[in-house]
Amino acid sequence: MTTPANDRIIFDNVSKFYGDVLGVNRVTLSLPPGITSLVGPNGSGKTTLMNLMTGLVQPTRGHISVLGLTPESPAEFFRVVGYCTQFDSFPKSVTGYEFVYEALRLHGLSHSEAAQFTGEALHRVGLTEAAHRKIAGYSKGMRQKIRLAHAIAHHPTVLVLDEPLNGLDPMARAESLALFDSLGKQGLHVILSSHILEEVDRISDRVVLMTSGYVVAEGNIHAVRREVNEQPMQILIRCSQPAVLASRVFELDHAVEAKIHADGKGLLVRTRDVDQFYDLLNRIGSDGLVQIDAVAPADDDVNSIYQYLIGSDGGLA
Amino acid sequence: MNAAREFATRLFAQPWHLWMGQTSTIVRMETRKNFFTRRGFWVYLLAFAPVAIIIIHALVDKGSNMKEDTEVLAVIFHFYYLRLAIFFGCMGIFTRLFRGEMIQRSLHYYLLAPIRREVLVVSKFLAGCISAMAIFGLAISSAFLLMYLHYGPRGLQYVFDGPGLGQLAAYLGIMALACVGYGSVFLAFSMVFRNPIVPGIVLLGWEAINPVLPPTMQKLSVIFYLRHLTPVDFRTEGLFALLAVVTDPVPAWAAVFGLLILALVVLTYSCLRVRSLEINYTTD
Repeated sequence: MTTPANDRIIFDNVSKFYGDVLGVNRVTLSLPPGITSLVGPNGSGKTTLMNLMTGLVQPTRGHISVLGLTPESPAEFFRVVGYCTQFDSFPKSVTGYEFVYEALRLHGLSHSEAAQFTGEALHRVGLTEAAHRKIAGYSKGMRQKIRLAHAIAHHPTVLVLDEPLNGLDPMARAESLALFDSLGKQGLHVILSSHILEEVDRISDRVVLMTSGYVVAEGNIHAVRREVNEQPMQILIRCSQPAVLASRVFELDHAVEAKIHADGKGLLVRTRDVDQFYDLLNRIGSDGLVQIDAVAPADDDVNSIYQYLIGSDGGLA
Repeated sequence: MNAAREFATRLFAQPWHLWMGQTSTIVRMETRKNFFTRRGFWVYLLAFAPVAIIIIHALVDKGSNMKEDTEVLAVIFHFYYLRLAIFFGCMGIFTRLFRGEMIQRSLHYYLLAPIRREVLVVSKFLAGCISAMAIFGLAISSAFLLMYLHYGPRGLQYVFDGPGLGQLAAYLGIMALACVGYGSVFLAFSMVFRNPIVPGIVLLGWEAINPVLPPTMQKLSVIFYLRHLTPVDFRTEGLFALLAVVTDPVPAWAAVFGLLILALVVLTYSCLRVRSLEINYTTD
């Protein structure tokens, strides 16, 4: 039977110090299946969190379990966990095929099983043709792909990906995101970090925002945005008469700003009470005063939330 | 009695078949790396240098005699192979197993595999032993055979009908024990020290002064056990005599047993140490 504890990745008050240097501090998380993105600038603790999760480093304090397992039992743990690290280094003189195949042999697979799984993984990342070339001759994008193949080859249920989109061209990036999306929809845990927030935003079920070793927000992206009360929400309304709409909007106390869109066919509103604003919009729509074509939040993406909470839009990693 | 039975039951319940398979995969990968790495080419040079000298000796020195050459071979084995070549060869091979992979930033691939870290240590140690024994075994056998072959039928008779094969077996046995002993120590060094060459040099000094140490401390050495096993007596003078002196003789079985115990203790320490090994390439 699956209990909540062995269906989740749990960080229980975890801290990690490298001597006097803080890695992460007092992290408590309980991550359900789906895609979770770790977002934060360089040195915020994302990689440390991933390394802690997979046992590459050990916590100074606290306890971590992944689906009820810990890296202290590697035979069971690494059958369900695959980790694509950021380290762009490989054993010397191996081909892409050998790199994945030998790892599968360590899982105890027979030659034919390992060969079959290797073929599947290489096909999934689009490296079948380059499989028998030495990794030393691969491009950066290919090296990224072979590391991804290595991480997914044994069909893990938890996939940890540290900057998996680095070095990929737009086409490969889109394919990788589609792969992560499909794995997340299959019920896998996909934990990924990336600085390409727009793309991560599109596929993530939840985000963990980090800065200086601390988790500053965590959860569903839209819910996190709603919790950031001190920042008015931005809403873009595509409509026929934005000036009329703007005049009505300023009747509300909580409206902070209304700006007509550059193309003259929309209004960008900043409001402190989104529910009241939507009520007003419904009334305007039903009165027929303004023809409303589309309404969409303009700042409940990871990038905006990150800027509100951490106060910077540069240096993301 | 029940505790012993329970221990035996737990021991047999372990996934030995999986561990054996993983060990064989790691040994295959690691020996391939050890034999064919460009960085390890100097180990071959170290091992086969005496072979080249013996070839020159066989071609040039026509007036040599077999008794003298047997003693020369014993001196080469003791002072060159045992105290220098095998020592530094093992330093090169065994420190590369962990520290080398740390520098190359590829150790994490092993630590992310479903393999017990203790199995990883033992497998890498076995791979190191196989590599070192193969290289030095081939070199010592070549040196030995070349030393006698140039005497023609008389040399062949010494090797195959006389004490030759016994001496060769003893040399190979000592070489194997040296690889096990030094290998275990250097493997441990590579997990404890960021630069294992420094403690390696200290160990070389420790091994050199071993005969003048108190009897108890002499036993904390690899060379202490191996000195007692040399199959051919040889005369030395000066500093060489100090290095070869046997101050506290022990029977051969005790020397072999003692060395294996020493290696086992050091290997056990490495197995405990690897459990807390962390990947932190930026500081390595």
